[in-house]
Amino acid sequence: MQRPTPLHMLIVILTVLLTVGVIHDFLSTPRRRLIIATTTSLYDTGILEEIKRAFEERHPIDLHFISVGTGLAIQHAKRGDADLILVHAPSMELAFLREGYGVNRKIFAYNFFVIVGPAEDPADVEGSNVTEALKKIVEAGRLNRARWVSRGDNSGTHLKEISLWTAAGFNWTALRGESWFMESGTGMGRTLLIANEREAYTLSDIGTYLKYSSEGLIELQVLVDEAEELINVYSAIAVDPRVVSNVNFEDAVTFIKFLISEDCQNLIQEYMRDVYGRSLFYPAVKLLKENTDPRAAEWIRNYAYFNGTECPPQYRYNYPELYDDR
Amino acid sequence: MIGEACSRMALDILEGLRRAVELILSGDPSVLDATLRSLYVSGAATFLASILGLPIGMMIGSREFPGRRLLRGFFNALLGIPTVGLGLILYLILSRSGPLGALRMLYTPSAMILGQALLVLPILVSFTANAVENVEREIKDLSKTLGASELQASLTVFREALPSVSLAVIAGFNRALAELGVALMLGGNIAGLTRVLTTTIAMEATRGNIELSIALTIILLSIVFVLSSAANVLKEKLEG
Repeated sequence: MQRPTPLHMLIVILTVLLTVGVIHDFLSTPRRRLIIATTTSLYDTGILEEIKRAFEERHPIDLHFISVGTGLAIQHAKRGDADLILVHAPSMELAFLREGYGVNRKIFAYNFFVIVGPAEDPADVEGSNVTEALKKIVEAGRLNRARWVSRGDNSGTHLKEISLWTAAGFNWTALRGESWFMESGTGMGRTLLIANEREAYTLSDIGTYLKYSSEGLIELQVLVDEAEELINVYSAIAVDPRVVSNVNFEDAVTFIKFLISEDCQNLIQEYMRDVYGRSLFYPAVKLLKENTDPRAAEWIRNYAYFNGTECPPQYRYNYPELYDDR
Repeated sequence: MIGEACSRMALDILEGLRRAVELILSGDPSVLDATLRSLYVSGAATFLASILGLPIGMMIGSREFPGRRLLRGFFNALLGIPTVGLGLILYLILSRSGPLGALRMLYTPSAMILGQALLVLPILVSFTANAVENVEREIKDLSKTLGASELQASLTVFREALPSVSLAVIAGFNRALAELGVALMLGGNIAGLTRVLTTTIAMEATRGNIELSIALTIILLSIVFVLSSAANVLKEKLEG
């Protein structure tokens, strides 16, 4: 008999690993599986893990989150690789509904984008409204005194940024050619790190900003906050089982119902509030139903309603109890 | 300024090291879970790729047949395939609306195993072909002169090439363990199902948990280091 060679040893090791893994897989056979494609700004705050924990205690369904940008989340849903999407880009959502892929949209949370920049504020935007602030940044940028970092990744935040530039009278596509205008092409966290390194301004969701700021990773300051143009609305949309076959529609609706339930809405309100001294996300259901904060409710309706409703009747499928205006 | 920055970086890495030791000692279930899954997925992938890759490598290295150069060039070129690119192609194939969508493999460990197996296959083929080719000329004629049959001669060649072939297997396993693109595109980084070391590192880094990412990187490096050292020791013993 020949001596054992490294290859023999390896085969033994790999076989053992394989067996252990297969056994592990069998022991952890998933329950029902709901695949949710979600925007990164929601996932990276960790709130979805809280929601997952609370949901899985109550239902025999495993939530599997795939964290991607809004653009890719919608692609996933169209291809049938996700049963539900959590997104924050009303224009893309409407297109998604119109093309027939999505049904039963529900708005479940909102917060505000913020314009952040170096504490020295070279373009002097603090206290300005959004349009003024952007104009000042362009002016200072062209004089080589300020920089802007754009996400440039087709995410919800990026779409918001483009619309803000348009509202301020600029064309994002033209701006990106200018030397002070940088494009990160990556997620929010890394974009903030780049803006911090290069002492630039950028648009951020409040959750990612607070997290990075409180951990001392960035020194950027919030310079423009809580304005109508900066509102950020999160909604859930189920994939239509009549258009995309084999999606888990029933469990998707169960999850949407949980998102808008009082338990989950409270969870959203309280998440990380004690750590940051302010909520990362505000619950939207009660606000829209009872008009508890008329100004914010008005802003959400202006920004994220289609034909005066969060989901026009032709884009609803079964489960009428999801909506009050039947 | 630079000194301060360097010392801050050193502190970050030291902190990561401390966290790594802490994480290992405390047996943090999510870290243990990701580590075991990394070993399982990459191990299974390397195993699959070996079953296929070693015979192909042997064949390319020791036989003349039409298209041999082309095949060899093909596998050599694939050595450098970007993992995200391979992940994307396989994603389109395994997607529910793709040609193999009916298998429902996307976002499961099996999809990751398949993807990583294809990723490391070129390493196994090319390295094996090289190793066999190097010993082939010297040994085969000699063993035939000594009266060995064609089959016996081939086996002798393989035995002589073994130390290098085992290094190829180790290199393949390391590439699988350390890659991110395939794991992310095909696994989706689902907690408790397809979350492995590299996808956790990427996620925690975007979430701003830099120390944790460094700690996980150190764990990953340690695994690679221990395995590679063990292989080297074995190789030396075998050759010595």
